[in-house]
Amino acid sequence: MPSKLPFFPEQASSFAGDVDALTLWLIGMSAFFTLLIAGLVVIFALRFRRRSPDQVGTKFDESPLLEITWTVIPLLIVLFTFAWGAKVYFRLYRAPAGAAEFHVTGKQWMWKTQHPTGQREINELHLPVGEPAKLLLTSEDVIHSFFIPAFRVKTDVVPGRFTTMWFTPTRTGRYHLFCTEYCGTEHSRMIGWVTVQEPEAYQDWLASVPVPATLRERGEQVFARLGCAECHGGTGGRGPALEGIAGREVELAAGGRVRADENYLRESIVDPGAKVVAGFLPLMPSFRGQVDEEEIGALISYLKSLPEPTTAAAAAASESVIR
Amino acid sequence: MSHADSSALAHQFDSLAQQKESATLGMWLFLCQEILFFGGLFVTYLLYRWRDPTAFAAGSHELDIVLGGFNTVVLIASSLTMAMAVHSAQTDKRRQLVGYLVATGALGIVFLVVKYFEYSAKWHHHLIPGAGFRFEGAVGGRAELFFSLYFAMTGMHALHMVVGVAVLAWILKRARAGEFGSHYYNPVECFGLYWHFVDIVWIFLFPLLYLIGRHYHGGA
Amino acid sequence: MIAHEMPKSHYLNAEHGLKSWLLTLDHKRIGLLYLLGVSFFFLLGSAFAMLVRLELLTPEGDLMSADAYNHVFTMHGVFMVFFFLIPAIPGVLGNFALPIMIGAKDVAFPKLNLLSWYVFMTGGMFTMYGLLSGGVDTGWTFYPPYSSLYSTSAVLPVGLGVFINGFASILTGVNFMVTVHRMRAPGMTWFRLPLFVWGQYATSLVMVLGTPVIAITLVLLVLERLFHFGIFDAAKGGDPVLFQHLFWFYSHPAVYIMILPAMAVISEVIAAFARKRIFGYHAVAFSSIGIAVLGFFVWGHHMYVSSQSVYAGVVFSLLTMLVAIPSAIKVFNWTFTLYKGAVALEMPMLYAMGFLGLFTIGGLTGVFLATLGFDVHVHDTYFVVAHFHYVMVGGTIMGYLGGLHFWWPKMTGRLYSTFWGKTSGWLVFVGFNLTFFPQFLLGMQGMPRRYHAYPEEWQVLNVLSSAGASVLGVGLILPVIYFLWSLRAGRVAGPNPWGARGLEWETSSPPPTLNFDEPPVVDHEAYDYGPPTDEPAAGAAPAGAR
Repeated sequence: MPSKLPFFPEQASSFAGDVDALTLWLIGMSAFFTLLIAGLVVIFALRFRRRSPDQVGTKFDESPLLEITWTVIPLLIVLFTFAWGAKVYFRLYRAPAGAAEFHVTGKQWMWKTQHPTGQREINELHLPVGEPAKLLLTSEDVIHSFFIPAFRVKTDVVPGRFTTMWFTPTRTGRYHLFCTEYCGTEHSRMIGWVTVQEPEAYQDWLASVPVPATLRERGEQVFARLGCAECHGGTGGRGPALEGIAGREVELAAGGRVRADENYLRESIVDPGAKVVAGFLPLMPSFRGQVDEEEIGALISYLKSLPEPTTAAAAAASESVIR
Repeated sequence: MSHADSSALAHQFDSLAQQKESATLGMWLFLCQEILFFGGLFVTYLLYRWRDPTAFAAGSHELDIVLGGFNTVVLIASSLTMAMAVHSAQTDKRRQLVGYLVATGALGIVFLVVKYFEYSAKWHHHLIPGAGFRFEGAVGGRAELFFSLYFAMTGMHALHMVVGVAVLAWILKRARAGEFGSHYYNPVECFGLYWHFVDIVWIFLFPLLYLIGRHYHGGA
Repeated sequence: MIAHEMPKSHYLNAEHGLKSWLLTLDHKRIGLLYLLGVSFFFLLGSAFAMLVRLELLTPEGDLMSADAYNHVFTMHGVFMVFFFLIPAIPGVLGNFALPIMIGAKDVAFPKLNLLSWYVFMTGGMFTMYGLLSGGVDTGWTFYPPYSSLYSTSAVLPVGLGVFINGFASILTGVNFMVTVHRMRAPGMTWFRLPLFVWGQYATSLVMVLGTPVIAITLVLLVLERLFHFGIFDAAKGGDPVLFQHLFWFYSHPAVYIMILPAMAVISEVIAAFARKRIFGYHAVAFSSIGIAVLGFFVWGHHMYVSSQSVYAGVVFSLLTMLVAIPSAIKVFNWTFTLYKGAVALEMPMLYAMGFLGLFTIGGLTGVFLATLGFDVHVHDTYFVVAHFHYVMVGGTIMGYLGGLHFWWPKMTGRLYSTFWGKTSGWLVFVGFNLTFFPQFLLGMQGMPRRYHAYPEEWQVLNVLSSAGASVLGVGLILPVIYFLWSLRAGRVAGPNPWGARGLEWETSSPPPTLNFDEPPVVDHEAYDYGPPTDEPAAGAAPAGAR
């Protein structure tokens, strides 16, 4: 629906209403204080005009009560604003489990998007209305930023790591997509369109795009091509078994624990010596240069699809074994 | 008051006491901002070391602890001679003052010469970050970040040493001309503050850069 | 009306010749040297601004190439932030007025003061060299990896120029702090100081403690560019977001370097033109220090969407809300000072009133941006551009112009044309609002920053903005003309043309080289205008009041 606020883009995501309500509060509160101050300044300046050249003003003693009043009231207002803003912010960054996961790669000066079912787009993203979508984003070169004004969402896209965002589109239509972190010559042309469709139209569109492989399938192909199973397959391998690895807490050889999220899995592929799992030796070579960002994303999709180990032996294989 | 006294008072001040307090306060403020300057480097170091302790240990292991330790002793000694120089100025001992200043400068130069040898050794071992960097060992290219910080931090420190030695030469010249004595020794004192500060920075750099690799044994 | 005569000998005619200016140790002359310097860089920055607004008249990038546009907006930012906004009020007005206001002969370290000007100009020359070799296209924020590994522009000379310029800030800050601590006239206790001095002191705290961090950040960037050290390169284990932390650790406090001096001027102007003590003197003084200190803890609000942890975002948002409060306290105290004042709507007061309105809008939109849920939508859009121009132009430039109009008679002994002054003031006020208010709307609609070309539907607002910029430009050129004209043909001002209280108004206009014929002794609080009365009370009306 069109935003209640004039000059705001239409509301096309589940967040937009919340962000706009917050904005309305900010505008109202600010307009009040601006008019108050501007009004008082003008009124006082005119009402208390100097009437003779030597006239002086009336001095007032300092008033702690007044100072406290106009300290505490603004403080309460900003704290309230902070709390509301933080609440909205947490919702923006906590993707629900089970959201369809899309991969986005930014590079000078285009956006490459991939659907979980494998369809790829350039500077476009088709989405089904009403379904939560989570995006996993990275950059191949400089810092970019992925911005859909109608959804009220944005995240920087950084080389060397994944960032995430999520939303549920609530309205069909075509919406602007912008790069909004200055990234060089064609920064203002690194733009595109997000197209939200009814579910059937979306399925039709999916079917019309040739798919070499889903993200998961692609990841499985890369896994095989690189021979990962030589060390990570089955029990007693040189590397920890990877069933159920995604999201699990892992103990590190150097001490401490880490959650095997997307960024840890990515690091383990390009910089495997940095955080070796406890009980394993630092034998894994780096695959930097042998996989590009999209393939890394695909591998992670594949790893996420691996089920938890079902037997005690398989579970033991992912525990520490010194070789 | 001697001729030196009245000419020492700058026009904006009403008394030598005001001038002395102002100069000293000014030097302390300058040192505060130096803390922030090096602080940025230390924060960067702490972050990257926390992220990859093994790489940092491996890199540190390549540094020469003997030379680093020697340099530490040299600098601490130079702080001692500097403090003695200030004391000499305060007690009207001109020849001692000159002697201690020369000793401080000489020790500073020894430090820089040792640094030169350390840096050229790094050059020969391909440990200068950039295109020619090569690190043998399990850690491999990950050590480059350690060496980047090593050169940035010790390089900045060395630059401060060079400036210090240059200013010391100027103070020495004035000391030899008999400008300083119990009536007027503030420039020596303020310079001493700077010299001690540069020394303290090294006291932090040495363990953080040289000593963390002592027990490293070649893993990744 | 008393007709005045210029004093026979004063700091401007005490010595003649280029050497007496280039080797001066007089803080007042150094202030004028800074005036020349910052005016030049402001002109340069404004020229780039006009080019930006010209390009944005049309949705297509048809005036210049994308590459040229990227250089233009970057150089606008670099010159304006580092070579105008940061040095202007401290360098010009602080240098000129602060020692006189505390009853001193000069600053604590006059030679360092002169050195700071040379360092400022050297930094400027390095940056000019960078400009002439093609300029930089990274944005004034220099984010890597673009600035370290991808841009082929003059990052090195410009980065070095900004680095060198930082030392000017540090020297000025140290100088002012020591001056305030050690050079106050007898009887001038801390709480008898004019609020301008409190404001400059707070600014100096930030200059001294914040600037070294941008220095080391630029050093690392230069090393990265020259040698590819890897400190900000993800492929080598480095972190490009670390640069943002280091950069904003200075650059956020830097905005308080820009606004605190303007606030300091406003205190003086309101007191003088309402002829009463600023209400809540202690609150205003402590708020200045509070802003300076709190300002160091909020840098992460520039990075809510940078991949920084959401918990860090929450902490920074809360702290940013807190730093808004001392500014609000000041605005309320200034406004209340006008109540039952004896208000004269002279030029400086009109600028102060403009400041109150525009800084309020600018500051409140800062609260918008501090709000997490809202900032995600408008970060890196024109909303941010509008916000910072409201505080930096509506705030700092209004303060600077107000201060120039206030102290010009003291600096030169001449009065300027009120008619042209008011004309230019209105042009600036109207032009400014027309330029930047539409940009809030553009930002809310989603127009990103640093865009050379934009979707058609945003053209109307962009045209309004560019039209406003032309009006603003005319308004800003006029003072140059009428100030220069006043030097030849302006009415002689006399020691106290405004009838204001303050040590600077108790000496001649222009002052003698050592500021006072007799060193002052202070036995009263600041702004003691005496009890209100319609006739001049004995001793209450300052000498020279019209």
